[in-house]
Amino acid sequence: MHWQVIFPLFIFLIIIFGIGIWSNKHVRSSNSFLQEYFLGGREMGGFILAMTMIATYGSASSFIGGPGVAYNKGLGWVLLAMAQLPAGYFVLMILGKKFAIIARRYQAITLIDFLRERYNSHVIVILSAISIIVFLFSAMMAQWVGGARLIESLTGLNYTAALFIFAASVLIYVIIGGFRAVALTDTVQGSIMVIGTVILLIGTIVAGGGIDQIMTSLVAENPKLVTPFGAEGELTPLYVSTFWILIGVGVVGLPQIAVRAMSYKDSKSMHLAIIIGTIAIGTIMFGMHLIGVLARPVMPGIEIGDKVMPLLTLKVLPPFLAGIVLAAPMAATMSTVNALLMLVSSTVVKDIYLNYVKPTANDGEIKRASFIVTTVIGLAVVVFALNPPDLLVWLNLFAFGGLEAVFIWSVVLGLYWKKANKYGAIASMITGMTLYIVIDRFYPSIFGMHTVTIPIVASFIIFVIVSYLTANKFKDEKIFI
Amino acid sequence: MKDQRFKIAHREALIGIGLVIVNFAIWYGFAYGLGSGDPTKYTYVWGFPAWFFYSCIAGTAFMIVLIWLVLKLFFKDVPFEDGEVDE
Repeated sequence: MHWQVIFPLFIFLIIIFGIGIWSNKHVRSSNSFLQEYFLGGREMGGFILAMTMIATYGSASSFIGGPGVAYNKGLGWVLLAMAQLPAGYFVLMILGKKFAIIARRYQAITLIDFLRERYNSHVIVILSAISIIVFLFSAMMAQWVGGARLIESLTGLNYTAALFIFAASVLIYVIIGGFRAVALTDTVQGSIMVIGTVILLIGTIVAGGGIDQIMTSLVAENPKLVTPFGAEGELTPLYVSTFWILIGVGVVGLPQIAVRAMSYKDSKSMHLAIIIGTIAIGTIMFGMHLIGVLARPVMPGIEIGDKVMPLLTLKVLPPFLAGIVLAAPMAATMSTVNALLMLVSSTVVKDIYLNYVKPTANDGEIKRASFIVTTVIGLAVVVFALNPPDLLVWLNLFAFGGLEAVFIWSVVLGLYWKKANKYGAIASMITGMTLYIVIDRFYPSIFGMHTVTIPIVASFIIFVIVSYLTANKFKDEKIFI
Repeated sequence: MKDQRFKIAHREALIGIGLVIVNFAIWYGFAYGLGSGDPTKYTYVWGFPAWFFYSCIAGTAFMIVLIWLVLKLFFKDVPFEDGEVDE
């Protein structure tokens, strides 16, 4: 590996550290520790909000796994990836102002704070906390393994050493800087993701001799590569359309995304974030997946999909630019991991410790607990990532779809439907999760649709039915929505 | 208690749903409308197959412009803190 490639990566790490130290000043001087540490004092402006949303959403799979699949399936996979465009505007428009207003009124720091105030139910708090901790812990481990593998392949270090470098760089700034550090580093990371995508896209088109020539070679190899149906006609319109639910619309139910919708400063920031976020997510998803397809004629014969992006970068770009572009998947992994770590830690501290273990804790104790919990969870992930247990690997498969199925309706109906009550919410959470796991295990792509479709539809129906059936118990309850 | 801000928020959420439906229609319509024929007889725009150009490139650009317009025309600024409004 060339030193010129490693140099930009190194600079990137230094900047990230600097942000962590700077944010720690805010954490130490803030008069509301919880709000500062876990929400950055609700001060995010539009650009930062957009970047932290897209950086959290875009993970290693957008930069490494996705282009690898596109390499094998062709333009149909880019079409499917474009279903992610709504992630840029839909969450902020749906949760939008209402969530921001209600979260402030309830003084909610976490998504679970909102659910607790809205539904008044310990069962919901505990169910939600367990699903967040279990699923996101395993998701975090998977990202951690991915990050370490990436450093391993870029630097030639062994896996353990790579894991420690990755862990040390993420843990330090998250622990000392809290949410503010996470959001600010996300801004740097998100920008690198967008810039890296554009550089690599241009480099690949030039290396391939222009779009016309690349398309001609693709058609010559297999005309299906340029259809919407995939190299073997496996991407049916129904499957691809139901994919929208998982990756475009269902994102509303992801706690690590939803919590960002209560962290911004004012409605101007929200408006700006919607447009910037949509442009950024469109650029990344379109660019990276198209790059995977274009790479096929440029570098034929790559067998392992995950190697397409790194190998292509080193081939088509000069070393220094390659370093910048390869910082993008690192940035994507770090920015996802840091959000998950913050979220799991806030769940343990705010939703479990402060609700059930020590409600009377003073500011000093909360501060200590937050630092300790974040550190312990971070280190635990590292230990598990050294030798990933099968159970966690298995749980990670359900993490995103499962969480969406659990949370989407309790959040959305809780915000917009007065009759939504705790029995409906509990029933829908359990239905969503159980169906998701059962369908994923035993009937994958049932009726030709994506796994997430039926759990989301069923948990909605159950929510409404149960809420109506139990409506008379809530006649006198006042609900401020 | 009637909070005027919620009326605005509800309308904007509905606009969000409308935008997703438009987004989906453009994406799906062009992709399968133009892309279902024989791939060796595709027409090309800017070097890309026409279905891909209209669905993924022009469609995305159109959505970004549409979202910008909608934000300018229909989205209103509201305060988030409860104290700042008269109820």
